[in-house]
Amino acid sequence: MISNAFSYHTPETLEEALAMLEDGGGKILAGGMSLIPLMKLRLASPESVVDLRRIPGLKAITEEGGAVRIGAMATHHEIEISPVIRGKCPLLGEAASAIGDIQVRNMGTIGGSVAHADPAADYPAALVALEARIRLRSANGERTVEASEFFVDAFTTAMEAGEIVVAIEVKEEEASEGFKYEKVAHPASGFPVVGVAVRVKKSGAGIAMARIGVTGMGPHAFRARNAEALLEGGAGAAAAAAVVGEGEETNSDLYASGEYRRHLARVHAGRAIAAALTRAL
Amino acid sequence: MATTITKPETLFGKRVRRQEDPRLITGTALYLDDLKMPGMHHACVVRSPHAAAKIRGIDTSAARALPGVAAIFTGADVTGLGAVPCAASIPGLRVPHHHLLAQDRVYYVGHPVAVVVGTDRYIARDAAELVEVDYEPTAAVADPEKALAAGAPAVHPEWPDNVAFNFHQEGGDTEEAFRQADVVVRQRITSQRLIPTSIETRGVIAEWRAGERSLTLHSSTQIPHLLRTLVAGILGMPENLLRVITPEVGGGFGSKLNVYAEEALMAYIAMKINKPVKWVESRRENFQATIHGRGHVDYFELAALRDGTILGLKLKLIQDLGAYHQLLTPVIPTLSVLMMPGLYRFKNVNADVVGVFTNCVPTDAYRGAGRPEATHGIERMVDMLAQELKMDPAEIRLKNFVHADEFPYGTATGLTYDSGDYAKPLHKAMAEAGYEQLRREQAAARAEGRLVGIGLSTYGEICALGPSIALPAGGWESATVKVEPSGKVTVLTGASPHGQGEETTFAQIVADELGVPMDDVLVVHGDTAVVQYGIGTFGSRGTAVGGSALYYALQDLKAKMKKFGAMMLGTEQVNFSGGYCVDEATGKSVTFAEMAVAAYHAKKLPANTEPGLVATHFWEPPNFTFPFGAHLVVTEVDRETGAIEIKRYVCVDDIGRIINPLIVDGQVHGGVAQGLGQALWEQAVYDESGQLVSGELTDYALPRASRMPWIESSHTETPSPVNPLGVKGVGEAGTIGCSPAVVNSVVDALSPLGVRHIDMPLTPEKIWKLIEGARA
Amino acid sequence: MKQTLTLTINGKSYSDEVEPRLLLIHYLREVAGLTGPHIGCETSICGACTVMLDGMAVKSCTMFAVQAEGRSVLTIEGLAQNGKLDPLQEAFWNEHALQCGFCTPGMIMTARQLLADNPSPSEQEIRHGLEGNLCRCTGYQHIVNAVKAVAKAGGA
Repeated sequence: MISNAFSYHTPETLEEALAMLEDGGGKILAGGMSLIPLMKLRLASPESVVDLRRIPGLKAITEEGGAVRIGAMATHHEIEISPVIRGKCPLLGEAASAIGDIQVRNMGTIGGSVAHADPAADYPAALVALEARIRLRSANGERTVEASEFFVDAFTTAMEAGEIVVAIEVKEEEASEGFKYEKVAHPASGFPVVGVAVRVKKSGAGIAMARIGVTGMGPHAFRARNAEALLEGGAGAAAAAAVVGEGEETNSDLYASGEYRRHLARVHAGRAIAAALTRAL
Repeated sequence: MATTITKPETLFGKRVRRQEDPRLITGTALYLDDLKMPGMHHACVVRSPHAAAKIRGIDTSAARALPGVAAIFTGADVTGLGAVPCAASIPGLRVPHHHLLAQDRVYYVGHPVAVVVGTDRYIARDAAELVEVDYEPTAAVADPEKALAAGAPAVHPEWPDNVAFNFHQEGGDTEEAFRQADVVVRQRITSQRLIPTSIETRGVIAEWRAGERSLTLHSSTQIPHLLRTLVAGILGMPENLLRVITPEVGGGFGSKLNVYAEEALMAYIAMKINKPVKWVESRRENFQATIHGRGHVDYFELAALRDGTILGLKLKLIQDLGAYHQLLTPVIPTLSVLMMPGLYRFKNVNADVVGVFTNCVPTDAYRGAGRPEATHGIERMVDMLAQELKMDPAEIRLKNFVHADEFPYGTATGLTYDSGDYAKPLHKAMAEAGYEQLRREQAAARAEGRLVGIGLSTYGEICALGPSIALPAGGWESATVKVEPSGKVTVLTGASPHGQGEETTFAQIVADELGVPMDDVLVVHGDTAVVQYGIGTFGSRGTAVGGSALYYALQDLKAKMKKFGAMMLGTEQVNFSGGYCVDEATGKSVTFAEMAVAAYHAKKLPANTEPGLVATHFWEPPNFTFPFGAHLVVTEVDRETGAIEIKRYVCVDDIGRIINPLIVDGQVHGGVAQGLGQALWEQAVYDESGQLVSGELTDYALPRASRMPWIESSHTETPSPVNPLGVKGVGEAGTIGCSPAVVNSVVDALSPLGVRHIDMPLTPEKIWKLIEGARA
Repeated sequence: MKQTLTLTINGKSYSDEVEPRLLLIHYLREVAGLTGPHIGCETSICGACTVMLDGMAVKSCTMFAVQAEGRSVLTIEGLAQNGKLDPLQEAFWNEHALQCGFCTPGMIMTARQLLADNPSPSEQEIRHGLEGNLCRCTGYQHIVNAVKAVAKAGGA
């Protein structure tokens, strides 16, 4: 399979890149793991492709003042092995490790993944559980969007035309937190049929804080706030897991129906909560 | 002349690493798409997006206008050419005329409609998109049972019932057997459509030499000689002006045991444009337009006495043929029928096969070809009988096996099983797995509420295809052995291996017979201009039939060498051994190389002997071979999610004598992987409208490294009396033994919930629903 | 419109005029003449096209050649040095880790990164590390053995 013809650009600055997008016929190329297959299938046929790889600084993973900033062009593999990520937001590293295969993790980027917003991507579960913010740049300046507001629908985000994802910002997970990313991989594609990311903080015998992000079950990743509230209210893992996905839309395909996905989300939420609790101090 | 001789060790039975590997591990092997010809053009096939439609018209003008487009061909161009061939000869078989390109209708998604030829593959792809086909979609049917129902859309309007053929076979007296029965178990069992998915897709390069009026067809095929005969027939060209070359072939599994429209089309196009033309299938095309396998709906009835003695079997087999017959399409379910008695003694079988047209790509031979379906059915039925009678599944099998002293054994389906000791691999598998202990552990697990299963299958199969009477184009194989003047040995085999390792096993046979180092032996195959006619590699026949042909050619060659040796030693009586001819009386000897020189220099010839050292043998096997074995699988089902974990996989395969255990292990592992693929993951799914939903590798799940269990493989060795090597064939054993063992294991795990049967693939959701159903 | 692509492949520098849409795998196979990496699918699943880009395994069917501008590519053809096989090649041969051989070049490249990242992997780590490479012939067991053998002998 071969894509339609296009012109290829490698801007040296974000400003240049943004200018190239102005006419609306261009597409951003990061790692290409989502865009290139679409182009080869001719489901996407941009007139121009703007490759961000020459823009300095877009790959950096840094921490400052209790927050971790992950450049949009950081690859999944860089994230999974980053000492900063391992130390400060290990949940994200665990989700990165679960993505596809090593070849995909070597090329694919976090910015590309979130901008593509595949309903079955791994990151979004972790990002909503981490209450991450997506930093966007356009000709008009920068803004950030909460992860839970960012993933609007399947392949649809809160991004506006002319915006580029420049970074993901995550508050450090506290050292005492427990975390877990649980995934049921599709046997063919490797994408999560369901992925559940959990963070918990203990307080005595109870749970002071719980965050649960779910991907793959429905058209977009979501936070299971009802389950979080039950956990924080002392309801116990089983009761909390049992309400995950309540009221949310579901996806279905050849491999798994919506009903089964919702069931899997609950089972794996239960398991992820249990695993996270054993890791919490 | 040497006088001291050390006999080299024999290589038969040795774990020798492969001769073919150096080129493969260095990336220097040449597969079809690696070949380039001067002036080569590239073809892209325009295919139907509809399962059924009338073609109102085709507008190629925009495509033709694209710079770099050399030619475009549509159905009208090839109306006068021959059809894609089917070699089956079933009485009353309805054979639709299978044009190389669709004429006024398309019959399945992927049906070739036009071919665009450009100067490079990017241009051909661009132009293909510009071909405008005006379709009028019509009603389609993709499910064979629905296709048989009254009022179903007709795949071919001339045959409104969608029935391509009915086939009946019986042996013994099944009605009487069922009258005597204490118990009859009945079950509908499906063997889903599978996509063979060799990692290399198909591909063809055709080169026309106008001055010679000759055509060379490079094709990724399992059957170069048959392809040559049949493509020559399609094109109406003299067979001896067509040369077929198979480059390195990246897997076939039956899918390249065929003659496809594209092979003849590229040949035709090369002649038309007077340029070499290449076509390489995309993965999507491979899924849509290369044959699928299996596609059975089987209704079984098994009659038995209360003590577990099986009396007879009835089968109604519905075969999803797809829209056309490819080379062997209608033959495949008849192989299933032959295999119905499995390893068991019952003599009463009654089978009805109905071959059904559907708006899908044709089914044909895929690893096992009819035998996995049969084995899956009988092995499931035997387990259901054991469950019904509350017998241990091993015990019921042991009770019904053909006894070791009954061979050769005539079956109810007319086969003669060559040799066997069926209890042996079962006992061995049970011992290796620790069967009694496993049952105790299972009982303990069940007490904890865990779903642990132990599944067995004891399979038999028909290999070494086969006697010519049983194969449409003959079932013999050929070999030529040439000792070159330098003493190096060249083997030309008519079998055309593509990954099975015959370049190595054949070199082992030669090295043992002639006493030369393996490295001095070159095995050549897959070029009809170089190699004498042959049948090909499929049906576990490469070594059993092709290797036997080689063995006999070697005997002829040795006889001739002995004449030279005797002459050189000035005696009548010589022994040929270890690369020498020895005069036993004097102890004097001549070397292999000395005899080679003598035969070619020909200064002196033995009486009635021609110069040169070449022997060719075409070997007709007197019978099939019948490998057998036992697979034992331990599974645990996740009660909450339905996910299946394979905890142990133990298999004991008796494939006759083993030439190279390393290669045999590889065949077993790969076979088991494909069996597991069917049992757990793989299925070609067409929706109601005939769209192939599992259209890419992102949807069709092949086994991956991370999902495969460790396979504990071992063997018993019961030589086959059918051929001089005593080998039976191993290509399909793993696949055939695997799927029933896995399903039996999972059903066993779920049996406390009242589950009796599950159709493949055993997807977690399917299992979860069974568990939920039992709870409700 | 074509543009100039300059890169290093197997230690040798290449410069060609290419269309931006030319896939890296097509560049390697058809322009640079390196037919070791293969095409087995177009959806980034099978891994037969795997090569190393600046030391990292990538699927060259899911990359435009122009993305490799200025970078360094290693293909299966670049592994053996002066006729001496790389330890992974040797191990694949010894352990019969291939049958038809079509997936092998990609499989070996992925195994190379696997061992670089984790010099003594467990069986499960090896299996997980080869997630992006499909083999239809071997059932993977001999491939696992080959990677284990190299790890045991001290790495690739």
